[in-house]
Amino acid sequence: MTHETTREYADSLRTEELLINMGPQHPSTHGVLRLIVQTDGEMVRRTWPQIGFLHRCFEKIAESLDYAKVIPYTDRMDYLGSMNNPLPFCLAVEKLGGFAVPDRASYLRVIMAELNRIASHLLAFGTYALDLGAFTPFLYGFREREMILSIFEKISGGRLLYHYPRIGGVARDMTPEIAADIRAFLVQMRKVWPEYNTLLSKNQIFVKRTANVGVIPREQAIAYGLTGPCLRGSGVAFDLRKAHPYCGYEHFSFDVPVGEGAMGTTGDCWDRYWVRMVEMMESCKIVEQALDGLPEGPFFEKVGRSFDLPEGEAYVPCENPRGELGFYVVADGSSKALRVKSRAPSFCNLCITDAVCRDVLLADVVAIIGSIDIVLGEVDR
Amino acid sequence: MNDVIQTFHESGAGALFPPLLHVPSWLPFVLAYLVGGGIIVAFMAIMALVWTYGERRIAGFIQVRLGPNRVGPLGILQPLADAIKLLAKEDIMPSAANWSLFTAAPILVFLGAMLPFAVLPFSERIVLTNMQLGLYFVLAFQAIEVIGILMAGWGPGSKWSLYGGMRLAAQMLSYEIPMGLCVLVVIFLAGSLNLGEIVAWQSQGPWILGWAIFRSPAAFVAFFMFYIAGLAGTKRAPFDLPEAESELVAGYHTEYSGLRFAFFFMSEYAAMYVVCALAAILFLGGWHGPIPRPALPENAAFFNAWLDAIHAQAGGGLSVAASLEVFAATLAGTAFSRLGLTIAAYEIVGVINMFLKAFGLYFVMIWVRWTLPRIRIDQVMYLCLKVLLPIGLVCATWAAIQVVVFP
Amino acid sequence: MDIQSIHALLRERFDRLVGELRTPERGDAFIVVAAEGLADVCRFLRDHDATRFDFLRLISTVDRGAQLSSVYHLYSYQHSHSLVLRVDVDRETPRVPSVSSVWASAEWHEREAFDMMGIVYENHPELTRILLPDDWEGYPLRKDYQAPTEYHGLTNA
Repeated sequence: MTHETTREYADSLRTEELLINMGPQHPSTHGVLRLIVQTDGEMVRRTWPQIGFLHRCFEKIAESLDYAKVIPYTDRMDYLGSMNNPLPFCLAVEKLGGFAVPDRASYLRVIMAELNRIASHLLAFGTYALDLGAFTPFLYGFREREMILSIFEKISGGRLLYHYPRIGGVARDMTPEIAADIRAFLVQMRKVWPEYNTLLSKNQIFVKRTANVGVIPREQAIAYGLTGPCLRGSGVAFDLRKAHPYCGYEHFSFDVPVGEGAMGTTGDCWDRYWVRMVEMMESCKIVEQALDGLPEGPFFEKVGRSFDLPEGEAYVPCENPRGELGFYVVADGSSKALRVKSRAPSFCNLCITDAVCRDVLLADVVAIIGSIDIVLGEVDR
Repeated sequence: MNDVIQTFHESGAGALFPPLLHVPSWLPFVLAYLVGGGIIVAFMAIMALVWTYGERRIAGFIQVRLGPNRVGPLGILQPLADAIKLLAKEDIMPSAANWSLFTAAPILVFLGAMLPFAVLPFSERIVLTNMQLGLYFVLAFQAIEVIGILMAGWGPGSKWSLYGGMRLAAQMLSYEIPMGLCVLVVIFLAGSLNLGEIVAWQSQGPWILGWAIFRSPAAFVAFFMFYIAGLAGTKRAPFDLPEAESELVAGYHTEYSGLRFAFFFMSEYAAMYVVCALAAILFLGGWHGPIPRPALPENAAFFNAWLDAIHAQAGGGLSVAASLEVFAATLAGTAFSRLGLTIAAYEIVGVINMFLKAFGLYFVMIWVRWTLPRIRIDQVMYLCLKVLLPIGLVCATWAAIQVVVFP
Repeated sequence: MDIQSIHALLRERFDRLVGELRTPERGDAFIVVAAEGLADVCRFLRDHDATRFDFLRLISTVDRGAQLSSVYHLYSYQHSHSLVLRVDVDRETPRVPSVSSVWASAEWHEREAFDMMGIVYENHPELTRILLPDDWEGYPLRKDYQAPTEYHGLTNA
């Protein structure tokens, strides 16, 4: 570089405020998310999240397919919660079509959904630690997640995307071998959960990075439409499984963890993280109860590959690992939906980024995004 | 001096040395620089290679997985493969880079990591130069790394490098203060800046009780502080925010590839060793360690007299030639005399002790890295200036008072 | 509060701005609201003690041929009841007042609705495309949408 251009360049470096680009390829943005960050030295003044890099036209495609064929597309929205994603869609279609789902199918749906919740939270735990520089919990979490993925592979054939909940029931029945695997997993999970807390949750460095960081007050959480652990971390004790039970959740007894500011302020990153940790244990309880009380009977109701739904519209929300996932299905009397709109929790949770990342340090932005726990497949659909 | 040389000849140990004793006086000096420097650089490079393998293996075991195990038996050739890979990479320079700074940065960082090896002893007599100001030399030249980092931050002309470089320079400079205070504790207690004398002072108690950490509570606290400050100064986790930066981008060495990156990489591992070795020497008794050393025979007194005579001839201070002659004599002596063999055993056990401690501390550094999360930069500075600095001052004052009250 | 009572309350307060209550045989019931009164109706629903709809779940858009619909799903944490509002606008000039001043979550939902269906939300702080690139042409979720064959030199041939 010549002297003239060096001088020009040096003059052009405005050192008051820098506009920094994080992503879309970035180790810590949990997918293809682009954050434009305006910084003044180390302090972040504003952020502009840019999404849409993973937009795969799910809603448009769903308008051209029969209802049953839409389910694999729902799997791929939040690809870490594939046992949970089709549930609200199936429930909406079943509501519009008047289909009754056998009890055994409901229980199986619950077992798989809760196991998937544990798997998803394990990954959230691992990647959050990775973002903050602790490389080891990621691999410990994956050790347990591997057990879950093997169970899912046995029951559905897939490790990440399952196509398991179907309209009218589930795809396959559970065998005693799979039930034994699940019980073995529960024993292991209960054994290692305290280890995770010793390694990460109570670690002073981790606490200092997450407590009192990214505090989302209760009113702000509700106003911005946060759901799931983000909402519960801010102190709102609302869980769809308790408030409006579906799939037989009213039969199970479990607690709903709520953030209390145990390490700092209610609604900080640590609270959201801790809600996920405790939810893992609560999910273990639900799986155990469901497994013990699994009723006999058919595991699906034959509805046919292609069926017409009468005119009507339904919105059914379910409690996904990341929040409230809901499908708004508009039927027009044909075998294809007029409109399928997905309310993705990650999309709705991400909108709070700009409001929270004001006057924080650059390193805190990563902590905050990690605590919101987004999956870009769901944000962009 | 002549009667010493005569006795030396008569003892038979001088059989090999007539040529050496007749050469011009500057020749051993030059040889010392070439050979000694070469040995030190070779040791540093080999050690860096070995420890990259060690780190990855240990990391694998901590993380419930195997480390490298494909390249060579048990993956031992992995560092060689990494080295070849780095050397074969294209040398990229960003178009906005300032050439001189960009090129000078890895060199300065490497120098800052390598120069302390000149005074770092591996054993009582195995040292390149036994400087009277050895400790001061180490601390001073560690600071050259900071200049290199600043250059690495500005040189590539990238915002990310600038951020990383600034943070890192702030961190390294700040942590030199508590490090200096901890070192001051030992200087007060031992009464010397010469690393050999500091270790000799620690050999005064029974077995390991002569170590500095057992001689004063100030030294005990200072040891842990020194270790933490050393972790921060070598930008190791949990203080690796400016460097690892998986949160943002790779920080100050984003734009470096190939051999330039290899320089940064190697100097990090070398600097780690310097900190661990320094901690072992200053606080854990250096080569005077858990394994007791064989007693020197009577004519060791003669050997020490010869050593002193050479020191006196060189005028004290830098005694490069003298050290090398001693080193060579020790080596040669192993083949030819019982005295030489005993001294060699004495030194080798010392080296083993030294490595036990330094590598033990090195292992702890790796252990800590793979266990703890990263500390945020403002918390890093808080720790330094509001926690370590006051404790360091208290320790230094305590040590000073202790020396006056209990001489 | 059931939806009939809410409808009655709204009718009493806003008269002609609130349309009919439709209760289909299967699926959710919804209240039709006129576009002009949307922001006021929503603010009332949020703040009134008996309704307290503090959670805007989602804003959907439906292409029904002659008209486009903007559908609002509301929920109240306090009363645990939900509500569906629908606003129908003309296809040629779809303009709906923004409710982002009532619920902050509406900002992104309205941006997506604009992006996908082309409904313009008035008084929105920053109505730009959110999922598609800023220079994209057309509104994909409309039934008459033709996907482009070429974009910045990339073709889908």
